[in-house]
Amino acid sequence: MENWKNSARAFWASMLPPTFWLVAFFIIPLSIIWLYSFSSKTGIIETTLDWNLTHYARALEPVYLGIFWKSIWMAAATTAICLVVAFPVAIAIVFAKPTMRMWLLLLVILPFWTNLLIRTYALIAVLRTNGFINNGLDWLVTHADWLLSFVGLGNNMLIGPYQPMALLYNNTAVIFGLVYVHLPFMVLPLYAALDRLDRTYLEASLDLGAGHFRTFFLIVVPLALPGIASGVIITFIPAMGSYLTPDLLGGTDSYMIANVIASQFKQANNWPFGAALSFLLMYATFFALALRAVLMRKEGRGDRR
Amino acid sequence: MRLFRRNPDPMGPLDYSRRLWLRAFVAVTLFFLYAPIIGLMAFSFNDSRRNVVWRGFTTDYYVKLWNNDSLMMAFANSLTIAVMTTIVSTILGALTAYVLWRYRFPGKAVYEGGMALPIVIPEICMGVAMMVFFARIGWPAGLPWPINLGSITIAHIAFAFPFAAIVIRARLESFNRELSECARDLGASEYRVFRDIVVPHMRPGLIAGALLAFTLSLDDFVITFFTAGPDTVTFPVKIYSMVRFSVTPEVNAASTVLILVTLVVTTIALWIQNRNNMIGKSAH
Repeated sequence: MENWKNSARAFWASMLPPTFWLVAFFIIPLSIIWLYSFSSKTGIIETTLDWNLTHYARALEPVYLGIFWKSIWMAAATTAICLVVAFPVAIAIVFAKPTMRMWLLLLVILPFWTNLLIRTYALIAVLRTNGFINNGLDWLVTHADWLLSFVGLGNNMLIGPYQPMALLYNNTAVIFGLVYVHLPFMVLPLYAALDRLDRTYLEASLDLGAGHFRTFFLIVVPLALPGIASGVIITFIPAMGSYLTPDLLGGTDSYMIANVIASQFKQANNWPFGAALSFLLMYATFFALALRAVLMRKEGRGDRR
Repeated sequence: MRLFRRNPDPMGPLDYSRRLWLRAFVAVTLFFLYAPIIGLMAFSFNDSRRNVVWRGFTTDYYVKLWNNDSLMMAFANSLTIAVMTTIVSTILGALTAYVLWRYRFPGKAVYEGGMALPIVIPEICMGVAMMVFFARIGWPAGLPWPINLGSITIAHIAFAFPFAAIVIRARLESFNRELSECARDLGASEYRVFRDIVVPHMRPGLIAGALLAFTLSLDDFVITFFTAGPDTVTFPVKIYSMVRFSVTPEVNAASTVLILVTLVVTTIALWIQNRNNMIGKSAH
């Protein structure tokens, strides 16, 4: 790498265009809503910047604290389920043969490249009252009833006409959707962490008589801990900020923080308050990222081989 | 099926990939990931409005899509935005990658962090920031097509070019700096070195970055949703309004089209990257 002064003109020529774009169309928009978050609403769209903190104070009201808490809780549940599902998958990928491994990785990543909106819409078709799950169960119940009629227990005597379950428009549907969308976020860091693992440790543990479960919890998990932490944070951040999944799959009580921000900017038309909420969400994101950076640095130090 | 065939070698203790329960688990997970999407695509060919039971194969809904003017307009908007975004993002991404790869300058860590910001901040925050920004600067509404797509395109470029920069920079890592020093010693100007030595090496990265920017732009919903006006509807925004309305085979057909476009572009990108890795490996 060379000092920029050696060819200052080329440096400026290549640095200025992207910097201009980043500042003009990203930093300035963010700064504007940052200023909004300290402004007072004086009319329908008029605001004056008077550096007050009322919007941040309002964000601490029980209603909004509740929504923050709900977002964190839903994101945490999503992350936990993703971790439990992704770990065996990551293990299977790491220990697969090289060609198979490439295919499995591709299969896990591919849904990433499908539009988020479309994936969420696909889940609506699965979960709704007339969806695949309810219809499938209905079919099963009807046919079980038909079979039972041969032993004289038919006509819904034993098992009822099937009542479709309300699978959509509730918190469970949102968590289901979030897991569906964020699973690859968890598999990839876990895969990366497990791939770096020194397998001789596992062999040693198994040779010395520990079972697979003991080896897993006493050897694999501690060694892969930084990767696990990284996967947890990488899954948690986008899950907490999701807008589309709660919007489409959730009910009236499944509002997450992003939905509240959107409604402040659209329906409620209270930009300063929405701006304050956006910045609180952003600070939470930065905090999680900083945490990840610290954990990764720790791993870097411990990884001296 | 290969997946469950008995392998003649005895199973080693670490042959986790050959354990049946683990295979079954992976199979169920992949089913969970793919069944909804495949079901959605399959039902776009279903000859029934209710979209519940299979009633036979039809391509009627694709014909309907083709004849749905507002949807085709949205598709044209999306493609136009994606093409403009791709061109500008690739150039800006290449310049960013080049600066970060070549130079040492004060505040570089902060600069790099700033460039990563559009990637890490929640989409909703960027969406509302863009909405407020264009409202505040008084971005004119009702411009003729395609200039009215400018605000969405600007927003798309702002989040797409840092992604392109990452891909292009990864490619630059394999560049032999001596080549550019040589060219300079032999009297080539800065611009000439960039054009004739650096860019040709960058090319696979440029293509991969361009394809990434294209899919990011084509797929984006949240940021577009907040920047789009009533006359600048994109394909995902249109699908969203259809989804809110009802679950119909038309939505499935429109989704299938979008999935296929993204899939083709991504496959090309992966293929190019993979080929380059192969070439890179064999060259060393």
